[in-house]
Amino acid sequence: MTERHELPIVAPGIDDFAREGAGPAGGWEAPERPQVRLVPTHCCFCGVQCGMFLKVDAHGRVFGVEARDHDINRMRLCPKGVVAYQQVNHPDRLLRPLMRDRRGDPLRPVSWDVALDRIADEIRRIQDAYGRDAFGVIGGASLTNEKAYLIGKFARVALRTRHVDYNGRLCMVSAAAANKKAFGIDRAANPWADLLEAQVILLAGANVGETFPVATQYFWEARDRGARLVVVDPRETPVARTADVHVPIRPGTDAALFNGLLHVIVREGLVDEAFVRDHTTGWEGVRDTVASYPPERVAEICGVDARRVEEVALLWGRAERAMALHARGLEHHVQGVDNCLAVINLVLATGQLGRPGAGYGTITGQGNGQGGREHGQKADMLPGLRDIENPEHRAIVAERWGIDEAELPRAGTSFVEMMEQMRAGQIRGVIGFCNNPLVSLPNLSRIEAAYEALEFHAQADFFLSETAERADVVLPSAVWAEDEGTTTNAEGRVVKHNRAADPPGEARPDWWIMRQIAERLGAGRWFAFESPREIFDDLRDTSRGGIADYAGITYEKIERTGGVFWPCPTPDHPGTPRLFEDLRSAFPDGRFRFHAVEWREPAEPADEDFPLRLTTGRTVAHFLSGNQTRRIGALVEQTPRPWVEVHPSLGFASGDPVRVVTRRGSATYPALVTDTIRPDTVFIPYHWSGRVAANRMTVDALDPVSKIPEFKVCACRVERGDEIDPLSPPPIPPGRMPQPFEAEPAGDARPPTAPQGRGTSER
Amino acid sequence: MMQRTQFIDPGRCIGCQACVAACRECDSHRGRSMIHLDYIDVGRSVASMPTVCMHCEDPIAPCAEVCPADAVLVTADGVVQEAAKERCIGCANCVHACPFGVPKIDFEEKLQYKCNLCYDRTSVGLAPWCATVCPTGAIFYGTLEELLAQRPNAVVSDIVVFGEQEIHTGVAIVAPSGYARDWIPGGLP
Repeated sequence: MTERHELPIVAPGIDDFAREGAGPAGGWEAPERPQVRLVPTHCCFCGVQCGMFLKVDAHGRVFGVEARDHDINRMRLCPKGVVAYQQVNHPDRLLRPLMRDRRGDPLRPVSWDVALDRIADEIRRIQDAYGRDAFGVIGGASLTNEKAYLIGKFARVALRTRHVDYNGRLCMVSAAAANKKAFGIDRAANPWADLLEAQVILLAGANVGETFPVATQYFWEARDRGARLVVVDPRETPVARTADVHVPIRPGTDAALFNGLLHVIVREGLVDEAFVRDHTTGWEGVRDTVASYPPERVAEICGVDARRVEEVALLWGRAERAMALHARGLEHHVQGVDNCLAVINLVLATGQLGRPGAGYGTITGQGNGQGGREHGQKADMLPGLRDIENPEHRAIVAERWGIDEAELPRAGTSFVEMMEQMRAGQIRGVIGFCNNPLVSLPNLSRIEAAYEALEFHAQADFFLSETAERADVVLPSAVWAEDEGTTTNAEGRVVKHNRAADPPGEARPDWWIMRQIAERLGAGRWFAFESPREIFDDLRDTSRGGIADYAGITYEKIERTGGVFWPCPTPDHPGTPRLFEDLRSAFPDGRFRFHAVEWREPAEPADEDFPLRLTTGRTVAHFLSGNQTRRIGALVEQTPRPWVEVHPSLGFASGDPVRVVTRRGSATYPALVTDTIRPDTVFIPYHWSGRVAANRMTVDALDPVSKIPEFKVCACRVERGDEIDPLSPPPIPPGRMPQPFEAEPAGDARPPTAPQGRGTSER
Repeated sequence: MMQRTQFIDPGRCIGCQACVAACRECDSHRGRSMIHLDYIDVGRSVASMPTVCMHCEDPIAPCAEVCPADAVLVTADGVVQEAAKERCIGCANCVHACPFGVPKIDFEEKLQYKCNLCYDRTSVGLAPWCATVCPTGAIFYGTLEELLAQRPNAVVSDIVVFGEQEIHTGVAIVAPSGYARDWIPGGLP
């Protein structure tokens, strides 16, 4: 850095490239074109599931990316999508199974047989000593449908434990529960192309520009055609910046706002009485409830101008075609389900459903956030979005799997509840696939204690995550580009990932790992799959007749069409891009359900000692727990470290060390001082681990129905700090050297220029 | 402006830097990004804007005019190419002459690098990398007619004014709808 400043003849903002992020393994050299093969696939990251080509050289090495004109994204990619391929040959990849005999010993490489035998022995030992439910399985929603389906089957048929859940519990479960209560079906109601027909779009708690960047185009194109955009968010996000109306509500007050909108709509006579009469139940209760939410009261609760509430209500109420979408900002609350129901009430009261430009949806976060919750890795679900406590559903799945219904375990507990049970000694062993709870769960010190209390912990991953680092056995798995399989994007569209390379070293796909363990447990005959295609056929058969019916979806059909929307019950069925076109819900009576919702204070309201509200979220260059993105040079260069975002009225300057304190912990970050956040709210991105992990401070209060943690609001205070807490570099396997950019550049603790990262002249 | 060109619309930019990442993927300068992505009005807004080569038409390519080594060439289609490696002496004259601060210098190689409209892609009918991936259409590639077909209310200008100096550019800028002037202020009074 200093050298750069010794070159005064050069204007600021031109770079000597010395600080360009590290590129793909093997450098930036590219082979000549004729040797290059393009493999069509989709991105591994968020729920948009952008199409892309991976470039493969003559030696079968993935070395680059090329744009793919797929229906979803029309060649567009976000910065994470562009560099996703750099994971494939990354020097940090896990290449061999690792094991330790005792806690505290270092991990050492072992053969697959040794690792798998140890896992099977420990499962048997723990289940014999403490019962079948004492061993748990934890999955993830970045797994393909094939793997997610297999996680549920593996837990229930091979381990016969009721304790299986997944990291989607941190993601879309509030929306899923609300959808089931109101519609009887859990899926976004419309394809995104419908946005182009909308006159008004209401986007709540969704920082689309940073978390689903490529979906932004749908909103911008709708505005090109005259749509008005309303954004509800405590921060002025990139999509809120130019929105027609931005409603910067206080975190934790969403239900009050939506009740208030409905209040005005009732008052102004804008309710679609015919739709309510003919197609819904429960309206009277909702109408009576919203009567006590006049705009003045809502303004008081939400900390916004009452005129904004009126304005948004009239915009929505007078629109012929309007769509409401929301994401984690609305859902990560102890009243997450109620918040979603409050939005659905608005949609139902105005009959905005089942037409192009009229509809509702949640934007699922993870790559397979939708499919990952449909096929049975969720504690209370069986494949096809069936209920594990429904005798009919149990009988169907037991019959398709060829097991006795009595042997199928009952519902288990949620991800965060499992942590409590681990600490209490009710769950003594865990095997995890595709999750990193030691960064991603709230109130981390309790999560650390939970894993510490386990007698045995195995973790599969392709990079050594903070969670894998502490495991007794670590299994090296394949990245998305090294296996094939389907995912279901945020629209409910099933797409297919294709295999572009072989897994490196001894790494293997998760489904192969589950098969090996099942064989050792004597359950091999239920898992005799040679390929993901065979697993998908099993999934299709098991989902047949369920709500999420995949029976008519085949790999060939997906490749022919650019994606098939479920339900798709038969091979000649075209799929179902838009739900509710006949204005019938998925309930037997065909009616949509209103649910009256009262606003409640968050689990931890602000008080004298902790007067501010801490909210957490993502930034565009990183993904979830950061285990993937903190290892990619370009993304680290854009956003090297976390920061705390504060309003100028709190009296800090950008770069000041600011200590954030909650009842559970504290950490010191560089301040990013900006007008774009509410004065009573501070924000920290949660992708980092160790001392600067935002989840050291978050509250582990859960929604009573969905069991989602309240990541989006807890009470905090801020004070001038001494020194900015250092980053923990991502863990690497024994015997490897860290990438130079993975460790924090010495002395560089600056905040980013803006929430989206450092500008190219600021690096 | 050029017939088929880039249109920069800061109003649509979300500052995600997909353009910066994609520029590194270009086969003609793999690993080096030519895009400047600036966050503007920091502390008061999350606004952002990408800067690519504007391919100045009149006066034509100030970077080329000041080049003592005649390294910067303009092709017949109006694209201002990056400095030819066999001629460039890394003097940075082009950097100082450029009204938009676009060229970059690799001080070790003593070579200039700059956006060449992804000539390897655009010369075979593809869009430049940045415009291809831009999640929001803040960087659009095509003709004015194609742009207006998609965004009927777009106000487009290819004139940037710095004080007394007016520059007609090959790349165009999209102004906020309702913008009344036919030129964009370049930043000087």
